[in-house]
Amino acid sequence: MITYIVKRILGMIPTLIIISIITFIIIQLPPGDFVTTAQAEIAASGGGMDASAVEAMRIRYGLDQPMLLQYWRWVSGFPRGDFGYSLEWSAPVWDIIAGRLGWTLLLSGLALVFMWLVSIPIGIYSARHQYSLGDNVFSFLGFLGLSVPDFMLSLMWLVFATMMLGISASGLYSPQMVDAPWSFAKFLNLLNHLWPPVVIMGVVGTAELIRIMRGNLLDILNQQYVTTARSKGLVEKVVVQKYAVRMAINPMISVLGMQIPKMISSSIIVGFVLSIPTVGPIFLRALITQDMYLAGTILLLMTVMLLIGNFLADIALAWVDPRIRFE
Amino acid sequence: MIDYKRRSEHIKKLYEQQNALDESIAHQMMSSEKIAFATSQWRMMWRKFIRNRIAVIGGIVILLFYLTALLANFVAPYTLKQRMTAYSLLSPQRIYFFAEGRFQPFVYGLKGSRDPKTLMRIYVPDPEKRIPIRFFIQGEPYKLMGLFPASTRLFGVEEGIVSLLGTDGQGRDMFSRIIIGSQISLTIGLVGVALSLIIGAFLGVSSGYFGGWVDNLIQRVIEIVRSFPPIPLWMALTAAIPPHWPPLRVYFTITIILSLIGWTWLARQLRGKVLALREEDFIMAARLAGASDGWIIFRHLIPATLSHIIVISTLAMPAMILAESALSFLGLGLRPPLTSWGVLLKQAQNIQVLLLYPWLMIPGFFVAISILAFNFLGDGLRDAADPYTV
Repeated sequence: MITYIVKRILGMIPTLIIISIITFIIIQLPPGDFVTTAQAEIAASGGGMDASAVEAMRIRYGLDQPMLLQYWRWVSGFPRGDFGYSLEWSAPVWDIIAGRLGWTLLLSGLALVFMWLVSIPIGIYSARHQYSLGDNVFSFLGFLGLSVPDFMLSLMWLVFATMMLGISASGLYSPQMVDAPWSFAKFLNLLNHLWPPVVIMGVVGTAELIRIMRGNLLDILNQQYVTTARSKGLVEKVVVQKYAVRMAINPMISVLGMQIPKMISSSIIVGFVLSIPTVGPIFLRALITQDMYLAGTILLLMTVMLLIGNFLADIALAWVDPRIRFE
Repeated sequence: MIDYKRRSEHIKKLYEQQNALDESIAHQMMSSEKIAFATSQWRMMWRKFIRNRIAVIGGIVILLFYLTALLANFVAPYTLKQRMTAYSLLSPQRIYFFAEGRFQPFVYGLKGSRDPKTLMRIYVPDPEKRIPIRFFIQGEPYKLMGLFPASTRLFGVEEGIVSLLGTDGQGRDMFSRIIIGSQISLTIGLVGVALSLIIGAFLGVSSGYFGGWVDNLIQRVIEIVRSFPPIPLWMALTAAIPPHWPPLRVYFTITIILSLIGWTWLARQLRGKVLALREEDFIMAARLAGASDGWIIFRHLIPATLSHIIVISTLAMPAMILAESALSFLGLGLRPPLTSWGVLLKQAQNIQVLLLYPWLMIPGFFVAISILAFNFLGDGLRDAADPYTV
């Protein structure tokens, strides 16, 4: 097991290096740089900047140096936890995103848990009652969940909550709670604002997981060892829960790993619409203002999150399924 | 000495007899019962597909959507930019279908006024004034399918306004804008999938067929591309499109960016298929008969995987449509004057706007319906592509 983990970690290093290079190139793609954007913004508000001030700004931010050197300056800080300096916010990148990264992780993690908790029981029910009314209703709902875009769901929730329920749906707290000191009421308020984005983010994946769970279980229920278990007189509940479900769940772990990119993408959009401080809103802003270290770090960290997520899913799979460890 | 001529004639005769015999046997079998192996694979797939009602409905909805997009200028009562400033932010109008027991659709005329408290513009229907909706009415001139000049529109009114889905802040008819916007929303998926297909089919099939270092290299590239989460990567790439580029160029750049990730999925799926097919006898037979790699790929492997290619591309469409709308909604994808459903949704981001003018959200339902239809169709096609299982 340990050799397997070490091998996987070593395998990730070259990928990380290539990814950091690609990220840096992508972030540098737009014509001009942060100073150009700043100049345009100043000009738009009626001001002006002379050429020497522009040049001074470029030198101060190191934008006049060759690309390779800029890349090195950015990457070499990583081991110290230094991800560069946000030009727009005039603050170290890490200070800006640390808290937001936490919310992104929390929401994505909760959404994954939600997906599992909902899809496995429904998948088991659908497989055991194939083509029943319940199965058809669930598969239709699943299709619906698969098809309504997350931004649309968020917008619909905003309107529904405000119009029908009369509550504020955006942000993490209701307006009167934002500045209140920590209390149980504030915590409840936070929970009330957290579950909608979690559900919205989880809906798409849930539909997919139900299908996969249902298909896996159907396959396994037709296998001979299940027939053997039944014919030796085991109770149906034991046959399903201890024999079939135990096997059908394994692929769900690797599928969970495949859901992580969707969670990250979704956290950006849902965070943007529902004004939740995920990295989404500042990533969008950083891309538009060409705040390159901020945008680059966010893109890189999201990719790393994805890599680690897949890594954890693989470890979990190897842990529950000994056959994988022997390969 | 052997008489070669006589012998060859004899062989020819035997051959013809055998052929006739084969044919009669085949005829007998066909007539006695329509046996499965006598029907072609495509026909079996079609039969299986047509039995799946939800998939057929999905297919019909998609056909209707694309037909409407093709004839968008004819179906829409107004042009994309036609402003009716007297009727800005008008809520969807109620259509009455019968007047005096006769089929004659009409809308009421509107009296504009201001709410005395909020000073907001409100429109009151005037029951005295009925505006009949006329079919095949003359409207603003346009070019049908971008080619034929025309001015006949499917429906419209001679005075006042007919607005099925309300108007936006500049008094532009949302129904017309959604219909015309569908041209971009629906084709971006089509073009994007076509591009992904070209890259994905080529690389996926070669990866599976050649194996070895070619396979290794292609798989590493796919791994790297797929290690990025898609929406953030698309956001970063589309943010790099210079604002001054002409609309057409932006459109094609976005399709290229979308297919830059899309192809990996297609390539993976096809590689798996080809890996399985490679070991089949007919490929070995072709190789022994001296067929070149190119011949085997284009004459044997691609046709053999065609049904899967169709399924995979249908299932890839929703992701493309979704990605375009999400990016345009965030303001990074297409931008005016290009109009897609995502661009139209951009004005519905704000909760205040949504509460006052909820009909601005309607383009989102079109996104959802088209994705739902594609999912139903793709699911049905996937089941049909494997017609040998019941």
